[in-house]
Amino acid sequence: MFSYYLDLALRSLKRNKALTALMVLAIAVGIGASMTTLTVMHLLSGDPMPGRSATLFYPQVDPTDDSRPDSQPRDVMDYRSAMDLWGAHRADRQALIASAELKLRAPGVNLPPQMARVLTTTSDFFPMFAVPLRYGSAWTPADDAQRSRVAVISSDLNNRLFGGANSVGRTLRLKDADVRIVGVLASWRPSPQFYDVAGGRFSDGKTSSFYAKPEDVFMPFTSAQDVAGNDFGVFTCWGDPQAMKHLQTAPCVWVALWVQLNDAAKVAAYRRFVADYAVQQKALGRFVHADNTRMMDLMQWLDFNHVVPSDVRLQVALAFAFLLICLCNTVGLLLAKFLRRSGEIGVRRALGASRGAVFAQCLVEAGMIGLLGGFGGWLLTLLGLWLVRRQPVEYADLAHLDGGMFLATFVLAVLASLLAGLVPALRASRVTPGLQLKTL
Amino acid sequence: MEIRPILASLRRHRIPATLIVLEIALACAVLCNAVFMIGQRIADIRWPNAIDEQGISVVTVNGTDPRLAASDIPRDLAALRGIAGVTAAAAATSMPLDQNPALSDFTTAPDGKTTVNTSIYFLGSGGEQALGLRLLAGRFFNADEYADSGTRDFNSTGHVVLITQSDARRLWPGQSALGRNLYTNDRSWTVVGVVADVLAQDPRFSGPGGRHSSVFFPLHPDAVMGDYVLRSAPRDRARVLREATQALGKLEPGAVVQGVTYAGMRGDYFANTRSMAWMLVLVCVVMLAVTAFGIVGLTSFWVGQRRRQIGIRRAVGATRGHIMQYFQTENFLLGTAGVVLGMVLAFGINLYLMQRYEIARMPWYYLPASAVALWMLGPALRAAAVPPVVATRSV
Repeated sequence: MFSYYLDLALRSLKRNKALTALMVLAIAVGIGASMTTLTVMHLLSGDPMPGRSATLFYPQVDPTDDSRPDSQPRDVMDYRSAMDLWGAHRADRQALIASAELKLRAPGVNLPPQMARVLTTTSDFFPMFAVPLRYGSAWTPADDAQRSRVAVISSDLNNRLFGGANSVGRTLRLKDADVRIVGVLASWRPSPQFYDVAGGRFSDGKTSSFYAKPEDVFMPFTSAQDVAGNDFGVFTCWGDPQAMKHLQTAPCVWVALWVQLNDAAKVAAYRRFVADYAVQQKALGRFVHADNTRMMDLMQWLDFNHVVPSDVRLQVALAFAFLLICLCNTVGLLLAKFLRRSGEIGVRRALGASRGAVFAQCLVEAGMIGLLGGFGGWLLTLLGLWLVRRQPVEYADLAHLDGGMFLATFVLAVLASLLAGLVPALRASRVTPGLQLKTL
Repeated sequence: MEIRPILASLRRHRIPATLIVLEIALACAVLCNAVFMIGQRIADIRWPNAIDEQGISVVTVNGTDPRLAASDIPRDLAALRGIAGVTAAAAATSMPLDQNPALSDFTTAPDGKTTVNTSIYFLGSGGEQALGLRLLAGRFFNADEYADSGTRDFNSTGHVVLITQSDARRLWPGQSALGRNLYTNDRSWTVVGVVADVLAQDPRFSGPGGRHSSVFFPLHPDAVMGDYVLRSAPRDRARVLREATQALGKLEPGAVVQGVTYAGMRGDYFANTRSMAWMLVLVCVVMLAVTAFGIVGLTSFWVGQRRRQIGIRRAVGATRGHIMQYFQTENFLLGTAGVVLGMVLAFGINLYLMQRYEIARMPWYYLPASAVALWMLGPALRAAAVPPVVATRSV
């Protein structure tokens, strides 16, 4: 019976091509807009560390001296707190994070010097975040301790400087110091660049910078203290500006700490450890707020920072409003199409077709339109994503359709068209055969 | 014109009538809000900035030896001033819209409090002319003030400051700002001049209060100044920028030298805003087209269905004009119902967006404006109404 309905639907669609085209177009445009924005949303709101994110945590303390009682812990830590917590090695893995912008040259490479974003971290960074390496290896905990002047570079930088060749063992000049390349990353593009996320709640929804590419150079936090000096990116400072000569002792927060904790008991223990640390620092007179500590897991932290830009969320809302309009349209056109065939339906009813059969036939036709619209919507989604890739936003290069979203396009299109076909099909199945037959 | 038979007829055809009203209402609601958001973005892109935007080029020099700044900066400037077409050149710490905010809070009393983020600019000698600042009251800095002023922890060690008109009005409403003292922490500076509003380094980050809150300090050649500001006639700009970048590349071989026109810098800052505005325009156009096509399709079917009625009315003496009038009144009723419902919806959406995204309230005139735009769909309705009237001639 289904194949007979399909045949009927095809014939009916062929009969009035303009009307069919109009309906398919309406669905295609609505689906295209919705799926483009949904795909972007899906790419930006996903889990950057699937399978691991529940074991990654972001401890926070409050080293400030302001007296506001409702204040949150700082987004990142001061040097001393970060070093104390990291140095205790209470977690399964732990990584310090701070970034700097430094002048970069490669001796023996004929390129002008450039400013490079340098991520300074500790050796656990690479295994903890499963960072893939193409050549060489990451540095070791011994390098952290000995302040070794070593670096791992991105595959992008390796392509630009060394034409993609194995550059392990070569030297980079960072600011005024030579560092030896020990590893080259394979392509690595976490979305968002989660380990750098902080301060999202202050950025008023303009958070697309969280989706930038990872830094070009990674080097040990310890040796970077000698190389970068005061050139680190600072989150905020307070208190006496005189004390800001040396970042390590300044009343400034600029170092983040990520820890990996593999089970619930360790999470609870680490929470207690951070809280105890704050109490101890208050006793020592260094902290004012001992009770203002917090530890979120990776996804909570991303949520807290509203990482998905508000423009993207607005676009999704707009696209779905648009889809609703397109559906309204389709309802009207389907109604026109079905009721125009009242005579035919009357004959079928008179020959014994039940209301259900007429209803089902109409829905098959609506579904067929949805399928065609889905195909058009898929093409428009590809076009839309191509447009997104040409936008001046950090996440532009991420905008590609994956298998799941490809299927979702057709599912959404067919569902939408079935929904749109519901009322018209119901009306069509209520056609009174007697009245229609009389007019034939 | 009798309305009752029309209403009776609409009651008989409830679904098509509801659909048309709903479509117009939804289109109206989305259109209102989209146009409003486009308007807001255009307003952002047009934020005024009282410097010579079209004449300025900026060359940023990074990674020089800070110990040599005192001698290198005058040497570099002399070379830059020697380029044909350069009318003024100066060193500065940052530029409006360069997205590198250096912010502090300034008050009118030593222990005052404020929530406004003020952007700090340090200008080297001749900086006022190189930027093209517009002096509204007082004077610019003199040579002594330039020579005497340094920085400590990014605070000026000088004693004078230039402020913008917005700040002058905010800090000393109704009074002259000249000769007053501006404080931050335990330091103070005397206001010697008021200039027309200059944008912050990152106005979105500074918020609406800090958008035009900028202060200018004089500074002798110092390593914190990484920007060379060049002013020329707009037609010389590209060549001046090219030559300046080359000259500085030769003078500072170890440094990273990057040149950009100020127009380019402004364009970069608003690139995102502009692309979002274009996307909204695209949505509006496609949406109007889809709605128009949908209504044409629906009404043509609907009128076609009533061909028999029209024939009967014609047979009992109705003129073609009567029937045209009948359909036009019906269109008007449906259109008005759609627009009224749409306005309510539009305001609802706006209220929701205001809570969620801190969007401003939509001005009332957006509603009638969008209603007028939707009346452009009127011809579409009428076009659908005409053919059957013609068709009745054969009945």
